[in-house]
Amino acid sequence: MKTPVIFIACLLLSVGTLHAQTTISGTVKDGKGHPIRGASVTIKDSYDGATVDSLGNFHFQTAEKGTFILSITNIGYNPVEQQVGLTGTPIQLHIVLKEQLSELKAVTITAGSFTAGDAKRGAVLSSLDVATTAGSNADITAALKTLPGAQQVGEQEGLFVRGGAGYEAKQYIDGTLVNNPYYTSVPDIAQRGRFSPFLFKGTVFSTGGYSALYGQALSSVVLLESIDLPEKSEVDATISPLVVGMGTQQLAKNKQSSYGFSYDYVNPAAYFGLVPQDVDYFRMPQFHNGDANFRIRTKSGGMIKYYTTFAYNDLGIRRQDYDSLNMKDAFNLANHNWYNNLSWRDYIGNGWKMDLGASYSTNLDNLGQQVQNAMNQPQPFPDSVFWMNFKNFNIDQRQDLSQVRGVFDKKLGALSAIRFGTEYWYSYNYQKFHTPQYGIDTMYKFKDNFNSLFLESDIYLTNALAAKAGIRYEHSTIINRSDIAPRVSLAYRTGPEAQVSVAYGVFYQKPENSQLFYTTNVGFTKATHYIVNYQKMSKDRIFRVEAYYKKYEDLIKTVPVNYYYSTYNNSGSGYAKGIELFWRDKKSFRNFDYWISYSYLDTKRNYLNYTEQLMPAFSATHTASIVMKRFFTKIKSGINLTYSWATGRPYYDFRLDGVKYNLAQQGKTKDYNSLNFSAEYVPGISNPKARTFIVLFASVSNVLGYNSVYGYNFSYSGMYKQPITPPANRFYFIGCFLSWGVDRTQDAINNNL
Amino acid sequence: MQKTLLHLSLALLITLGASAQSDRYAAAMQKNITLLDSAKTIDQLQSLAGTFDRIGDAEKTQWLPYYYAALAQTWVGWSPETRDKDANAARIRSYLSKAEAIEKNAETYAIENMASTQQMLMDPQTRWATNGKDASEALQKGMSIDPDNPRLYYLQAMSLFGTPAQFGGGKDKAKPVFEKSIALFKSAQPKPLYPTWGLPQAEQGLAQCQ
Repeated sequence: MKTPVIFIACLLLSVGTLHAQTTISGTVKDGKGHPIRGASVTIKDSYDGATVDSLGNFHFQTAEKGTFILSITNIGYNPVEQQVGLTGTPIQLHIVLKEQLSELKAVTITAGSFTAGDAKRGAVLSSLDVATTAGSNADITAALKTLPGAQQVGEQEGLFVRGGAGYEAKQYIDGTLVNNPYYTSVPDIAQRGRFSPFLFKGTVFSTGGYSALYGQALSSVVLLESIDLPEKSEVDATISPLVVGMGTQQLAKNKQSSYGFSYDYVNPAAYFGLVPQDVDYFRMPQFHNGDANFRIRTKSGGMIKYYTTFAYNDLGIRRQDYDSLNMKDAFNLANHNWYNNLSWRDYIGNGWKMDLGASYSTNLDNLGQQVQNAMNQPQPFPDSVFWMNFKNFNIDQRQDLSQVRGVFDKKLGALSAIRFGTEYWYSYNYQKFHTPQYGIDTMYKFKDNFNSLFLESDIYLTNALAAKAGIRYEHSTIINRSDIAPRVSLAYRTGPEAQVSVAYGVFYQKPENSQLFYTTNVGFTKATHYIVNYQKMSKDRIFRVEAYYKKYEDLIKTVPVNYYYSTYNNSGSGYAKGIELFWRDKKSFRNFDYWISYSYLDTKRNYLNYTEQLMPAFSATHTASIVMKRFFTKIKSGINLTYSWATGRPYYDFRLDGVKYNLAQQGKTKDYNSLNFSAEYVPGISNPKARTFIVLFASVSNVLGYNSVYGYNFSYSGMYKQPITPPANRFYFIGCFLSWGVDRTQDAINNNL
Repeated sequence: MQKTLLHLSLALLITLGASAQSDRYAAAMQKNITLLDSAKTIDQLQSLAGTFDRIGDAEKTQWLPYYYAALAQTWVGWSPETRDKDANAARIRSYLSKAEAIEKNAETYAIENMASTQQMLMDPQTRWATNGKDASEALQKGMSIDPDNPRLYYLQAMSLFGTPAQFGGGKDKAKPVFEKSIALFKSAQPKPLYPTWGLPQAEQGLAQCQ
């Protein structure tokens, strides 16, 4: 009768008094024998265990008896469980934990690509960097020109990358090609890009070896990823002597959708009144830009985004004619451009992701040129001076591009993935060339159905070794040709912050519209890239060195028929090779951030009217930039400086002799130098909750007034060469950006509680 | 009689067992909280984080052990020796998420604030918009649950103290908040085993504002 009580008492006593403990000790290391500090060793369902110290050792005692599970865990490693018999005999264990594949730790392939973006891993620049790089004036292309690989070309828009012409670099927004990323060309004056850097959360600037998901660019792609939802609702305004603008972004209360629109108007009349220009603007440049967007976050976390922009611009400039010092060339241009982009990115279960995109753009140019006399009156010429008559023309042209694209992506394991997709482009191109002298209209037009199929795989063998392999098939109906382009890249981590990547790829591009108007009996142009890259990247410092070799085949050659008319074939060729360095450092000097880019380029090509393989006129052997940024919190101001330098570029005078070009003259321009300055004053920075946010911005391009010569235009006789220079030596900008924000943070907090 | 005795002994067994269990929990917690108060090296703190985590795993229904595990890991994060604050914050959050699965309160938000602050401080210029925003949101959420939590005011004061005057911070702004936090510390009546840390730090902060 008393036994149970006594038994229970004894039991309790025995638990409290037994001291026969088991000692468990040992080490926990990773596959390479490095200690895993902070890993946890635990006897499951007990309080007993230990944490691994900095040498990889652990040691503890337990009073438990019997068979237990010992679990060894650490973040980022696969847990290990082991059965142990606790008998009082000391236990020694040497545990090896295997690292999990993780996006944060895995290498990224960096050969040939610069990533800019705030949330991006391995980003070289942030979105704000693009806006605050002196000399860029918030033009994406101008900011990218401070990175290695790009040339300092000032007389034409576009990115001239590694021996490639401007049209060999393409821009994609949310996966679809942008047909007219820049304002329509004006002879010898580079135009800005149409898109503001603030539209995008991420930018990838590929200087070669890019993914099989993209094509039709021999040298480079710029991949722009638009922002999802704005952080808050706001109204913005821009006030400057050059531009006035207003816009709004409205974020829904539940933060799941937004819409916005904006409009701005550029007119430099007041500015040109203060700062004389070398050219005479007989029609003051005017730009109207309007845009609108909506964005919806779907239930499954995807995004539907629509963006449209409409632009109209008009200008007329009069310049010295290069055949006659008494004559002037008056060039006028009116442009209408409408761009639409609709994309839908979503997760469709089972690790599948889809990216659908559609875009439509239409671009209409009405341009013309007239030779005028000293009185600005039209100057007629007899037929014998046909080269002067040839400078009188009117062109109406239109380029439409409709696209659909779908990419499906499936995760395999933690990081590896396979993706495939297709795209279809329908383009319509029209040109009416009018010769006023004879009243003749010549009409050119063509339609092209272009489609592509692509397959790509990301393969992560370990966190230290990754590969990307892809293949792309393309077909264009206008030239009735197909191509197959393989792409492979590989990255291997050589140290904690260091890695080596290599890339190989074949790239094809259709001939330009201006060539296809004359002949469709041409094929794709072709480039093959080989790239090796070493990168060491810590939080505040990036060092990159990259070497490449590029082979060009089937480049377009001009086959002259007479002075007025040429046809084309694929007999061109060329190469480019070089070494590039990049160094960015935010650490060495307090509050001071700088980067240095250097490119060495050795390139020759025989294309268009070149008589042999020559260094192309847009290329410089050495190019370097240094970009500096310093923010002074005391005065709430930032100062930015960019210095760019490039060695002289070759120039050529090819003269048509019958049906053959001759190289009559050649030379090299002087070195290019430019020091750009910008400053911003942000008084509202002291009060992040202020409803009104003001930024005052000022910039001066080419502070030192260096006279740049981009090349020469040769007279018909070849006796006179006229330097190509910017329309003004310095460019000044001053502006005030205002935004009135409605911060929805508080709403979001209240709704989530 | 026999039945009564059996009942009695059963009742005794249950009571003894239960109290032995909770005594063991309370004793283990008390012992390790004391150790945490005096821990100095990263290995000690790391080890305590592991211990609290084990207690939490064994208990399954208590948020406090996970909270202290996260707290110990937070102290690791404040050490200049801990260079990768992102990795450390991932550890803090791994403990914190276990605590929050049981109970989400002002104290867990205080930890969230510190984890985000530590990440933000790695590169304030670019991270204030992300990690900095998370930190201040955590503070606001915590204060809306418990408007009298002294630690949240201490953390708010520290954040103001660390922000340059040009950005809306500075000693003058921090001082009244330190004072409010000290007053709240003095009137606070924490439950057994609940967090009590912060008063000396707040007094030290206030002294630096003078």
